[in-house]
Amino acid sequence: MSVEQAVRAGVPVPAAGRVRRRRVRPGMLAAAVLLGLILLAALAPSLLAGGSPTDTDPVHALQAPGGSHWFGTDQLGRDVFTRVVHGTRYSLAIGAAATGAGVGLAVVWGLAAALSGRFGDAVLMRATDALLALPGLLLALMVVLIAGKGVLGTTIAVAVGTAPGFARVVRAQALVVRRSGYVESAVALGVPRPLIVLRHVLPNTLGPLLVLATVTLGASISTGAALSYLGLGAQPPTPEWGAMLTEGQGFLDQAWWIALFPGLLLVGTVLAVTVVGRHAQARAEGRAAS
Amino acid sequence: MAVPHIPAAIRAVTARIGAAVLVVWGAATCAFLALQLIPGDPVSAIVGSNALVGAEQREEIRHHYGLDRPLALQYGSYLKKLVSGELGDSYQLQQSVSSLLAEQIGATAQLALWSSLVAVVLAAAVTVLTSGRSRWPRRVSTAVELIVVSTPSFWLGIMLLTVFSFRLGWLPVSDSGDARSLVLPVITLALPIAAVLTQVMREGLLGALEQPFSLTARSRGLAEHTVRSHHALRHAALPALTLTGWFTGTLLGGAVVVENVFARSGIGRITLQAVSDRDLPVVQGVVALSAVVFVLVGALVEVLYVVVDPRLRKGTGVAAA
Repeated sequence: MSVEQAVRAGVPVPAAGRVRRRRVRPGMLAAAVLLGLILLAALAPSLLAGGSPTDTDPVHALQAPGGSHWFGTDQLGRDVFTRVVHGTRYSLAIGAAATGAGVGLAVVWGLAAALSGRFGDAVLMRATDALLALPGLLLALMVVLIAGKGVLGTTIAVAVGTAPGFARVVRAQALVVRRSGYVESAVALGVPRPLIVLRHVLPNTLGPLLVLATVTLGASISTGAALSYLGLGAQPPTPEWGAMLTEGQGFLDQAWWIALFPGLLLVGTVLAVTVVGRHAQARAEGRAAS
Repeated sequence: MAVPHIPAAIRAVTARIGAAVLVVWGAATCAFLALQLIPGDPVSAIVGSNALVGAEQREEIRHHYGLDRPLALQYGSYLKKLVSGELGDSYQLQQSVSSLLAEQIGATAQLALWSSLVAVVLAAAVTVLTSGRSRWPRRVSTAVELIVVSTPSFWLGIMLLTVFSFRLGWLPVSDSGDARSLVLPVITLALPIAAVLTQVMREGLLGALEQPFSLTARSRGLAEHTVRSHHALRHAALPALTLTGWFTGTLLGGAVVVENVFARSGIGRITLQAVSDRDLPVVQGVVALSAVVFVLVGALVEVLYVVVDPRLRKGTGVAAA
């Protein structure tokens, strides 16, 4: 249908190209393959890179990428490829754990807001407003102050940073679910309130949230690495990508590869997670619409 | 016509100011409460590793900063000071927090304003140029946007430094005071924002081109590019405006990263320093400052909405003002 026809009919028509979907795109396939490799590197890094990520070899320090060292060596002669591969699990674990904890926190927060009456709802939602008024990174920095530096502190910080946004989604969804026919029926049947929340409200609230969490996972991985880069997360000699970048930044004039490869892997990971996440989101929305 | 609007306008403005004050108060309170949760004695954060400070001097320091008073009183005086713009003294820098922030805000504001300008112009240009009938420019642009959005700004900054400062030697490595040292930080901060803006504006632009007013504009004989840049782009700007909160937050958070990558002075630099040193008054000050900035930018956007979209002018108070 042309634009003119659509206007005459008074029907908003999606732009051409947005109607077609559900064909596996090459980009999606590449992202899935990359994600598979990244997961392999996180779970079994020794399969991809046999050596130790922390063994130093000062004789072969600062060697450019080549046959024996694919990604070169750093200032202590450690193999950058091995370090990058072994570092995958830190970034992935921080991002995944933070997103999971953020969702958990948001479920409690959002459900409490949706189910606790007008006053409780107002207080909890104004609290998310106040937290959302702060830049995410600033909020994360404040949490690092409380939870302490290091991998655990960083994970908690990223989790708290994502929770307010998630909490609003949970609340909105829970309000919809609460007014739905099946919850009404359960109330009419005399099902106890906690059981209704657990059995009906919670599962139906979680669906959209999980999709949102997948899309946010990339950002969480990125924020976690940023905190490590700023010196607050994983500490050297841990082969975490953000920490490797900090180390590499001191050698940019002579050995660009130390900083290039951890960042490249970080971009690849965030990209793959985002593409797969958006695909899941599009599918979920398509299903909801039909 | 204007007379019946005035009460509504006053009510709208009062409600908005009230909401703004509430957000700032909430953020400041969250900061106050959060910093009470920090384990350890704040006096230890003040004296640092100075072993010569005895128990008596510790008590003196505690009294000087008012840390020996009940929590409710501390909170009360914190709020009272906040209202008068007084933010206490830094634990580490022998300086009041307000003068410290005043000193540093110029560099960060310069970075943030240039970055917003570059991001908005770049996003608008890319949106208009890739909104044609041909699908390929859009596909390429979409792929590039996705990659840029996925690129952490600290790594982008490091790579720009490697190429343009270390390899090619075109731009200074760190802040040298002249305008050239601003180029790479601005690009680093602007590119990811521009990518997100482009994604949102393209959706808006494609939607607007299907609206009746686009058809009207075309039927009046306007060239396609005029329809796009004069009529449809305004509508594409509306969804982008709703991102302002995110935008401001990204600029402030990004400043922390970018100022540290490029060793520039500014609010971001002292924020990280304050977090590392547990310099709590500075952290509280930065939180209060960013909440105020958030609220001010939000108010500015409310006005911009009406400027961009004439349909919103009724009953908002802005028309009456």
